[in-house]
Amino acid sequence: MGPNGAGKTTTIRMLVGLIKPTSGSMVVCGYNVRTHFTKAMEKIGCIVENPELYPYLTGKENLLHFARMLPNIPETRITEVVAMVGLEARIDEKVKTYSLGMRQRLGIAQAMLNHPKVLILDEPTNGLDPAGIREMRQFIRELAEQEGLSVLVSSHLLGEIQLLCDRVAIIKNGEIIQVDSVKNLLSSQEKMLWKVDPMERGKAVLTQLTDVSESTDGYLVTAFEEKEIPKWNVKLINEGISVLEMNRKLPALEDLFLEVTGVGGSSIE
Amino acid sequence: MNKLIQNEMLKLLARKRLLIITAIVAILVAMFTYAQYKETQSQRERLGTMEWQSLLQQQIIDSQNRLGSSRISDEWRQQLQVSIKQSQYYLDNNINPSEPGAPTFVRMFIENSSDLFIPLLIMIIASDLVSSEHSLGSIKLLLTRPVQRWKILLSKYVVLLLSTSLIVLVTAALAYVISGAVFGYHGWTAPVITGFTVEGSNLNTSGVKLMDQWEFLLMEMGLVWFVAVVVGTLSFMLSVLIRSTAAGMGVMLAALISGMILSNMVSSWASAKYFFMVNLKLTSYLSGAAPPIEGMTLFSSVSVLFVWLVAALVVSFTVFSRQDVY
Repeated sequence: MGPNGAGKTTTIRMLVGLIKPTSGSMVVCGYNVRTHFTKAMEKIGCIVENPELYPYLTGKENLLHFARMLPNIPETRITEVVAMVGLEARIDEKVKTYSLGMRQRLGIAQAMLNHPKVLILDEPTNGLDPAGIREMRQFIRELAEQEGLSVLVSSHLLGEIQLLCDRVAIIKNGEIIQVDSVKNLLSSQEKMLWKVDPMERGKAVLTQLTDVSESTDGYLVTAFEEKEIPKWNVKLINEGISVLEMNRKLPALEDLFLEVTGVGGSSIE
Repeated sequence: MNKLIQNEMLKLLARKRLLIITAIVAILVAMFTYAQYKETQSQRERLGTMEWQSLLQQQIIDSQNRLGSSRISDEWRQQLQVSIKQSQYYLDNNINPSEPGAPTFVRMFIENSSDLFIPLLIMIIASDLVSSEHSLGSIKLLLTRPVQRWKILLSKYVVLLLSTSLIVLVTAALAYVISGAVFGYHGWTAPVITGFTVEGSNLNTSGVKLMDQWEFLLMEMGLVWFVAVVVGTLSFMLSVLIRSTAAGMGVMLAALISGMILSNMVSSWASAKYFFMVNLKLTSYLSGAAPPIEGMTLFSSVSVLFVWLVAALVVSFTVFSRQDVY
């Protein structure tokens, strides 16, 4: 994930051999994309940006078209992928009559034809309505679990990524800033919210112990450090400050994202 | 490879391009047949005779009268002189240059459509073979399959060659069938004279040969096919280079039309003979009309076109297999 212009689509385009990297190389399942293009592509199924299939052909004809470009795809595989994306009812209609969601599904069916090891989806939920996004998300997770393939998804929709992905790489200006599981990334940014009375004195006490900031709705914010929190609490009480509320808060991925990419302000309001 | 060609053919047929082209040809042929019919009728009324000798004689006299006018250009004058001498030769040898019948109509039609009409039809197909994939965005799916890029381009080129052949054949067949309904289907073995050489305004008849019309027609169709392939390949190259179909078509159309205009005015600019577009009327070498620039021969024109063809192929394949696709 990354902000617009970070290099998400460029990375994917290099990965599937559409553009040449100015330096360095792309390796897919052990095959260099430039020197062993066909070997590498046999392992990949991809949709770059929108699934632009031929509108004047039917869904089935589109699948047959792309199946002919792959080695040894039996007719039964087409029936399989159509069932997988649930397009049986409309598969013999022209693609120009399809909704965007159906085109996305057909695009995925096309990408799954060759039993790929890696499925690459560039902004798979672009232009879908909320129901469509949810459906797509469930569908991708199912695919990953049932077919046992790796799915590489690019997106700037953070809520999406948080719900969909196991591991996240945050990129900015073409460089990877962080890679980790969503859980780890978030817990590293976990915060503690304090509601104390009187606030000014409480803040003074905590400032001696750690970095403190003040949120707009009257909370003091510190980092969440499991071992230290009880000690800080005792200290506050000893100073005669009443602690009204203590709250652990995981940041939304969005806050984390804005913080690491340096686009937004503080991570917790 | 066969599967790739099958794919490209499927896409071409699904867009009904060949059908549209067939319809265009059918309509035009019908129009020309009617025009031709009207003209023979009016000539017959004017001269009150059906004898081709008298008709041809009258044509020669008409042309000579035109030569007498002081306002015609030198090039036109030369061409007229050549055609008068040719008609005279036909008359002297008692051979009818336009034996009525469908085969003669086909010969005339093919002859006149070789430098603009048939190339235009080919352009309809060639100019968006590659660029339409760009404008649809499907190029990204096409190029991320485990197939080398040059194979994809080659499959498209093979389809272009197939449809070029088909278009030339369909044009001839339609011209035969439609005009035959009016002029009759006979005349395959009518004699035709070929082998004239033109030197300035002189017609050299030392190398002339008499052949059956069907033989002559076959040779003409071969040449037209070659011209169509060259023009198709050039539009194909533009389709690779320019991602917009309309722009590619515009460039090619401008080149073809400039060729028509140039042919009529470049007789003193000798190096213009290396442009592909003044070399497209190969059929006139067979029938013996004056070439646009002195010194051009069938061999030189075919060679020039061949060089352009090879260059266009090299450019297309190099660019296509290397270009970055966004």
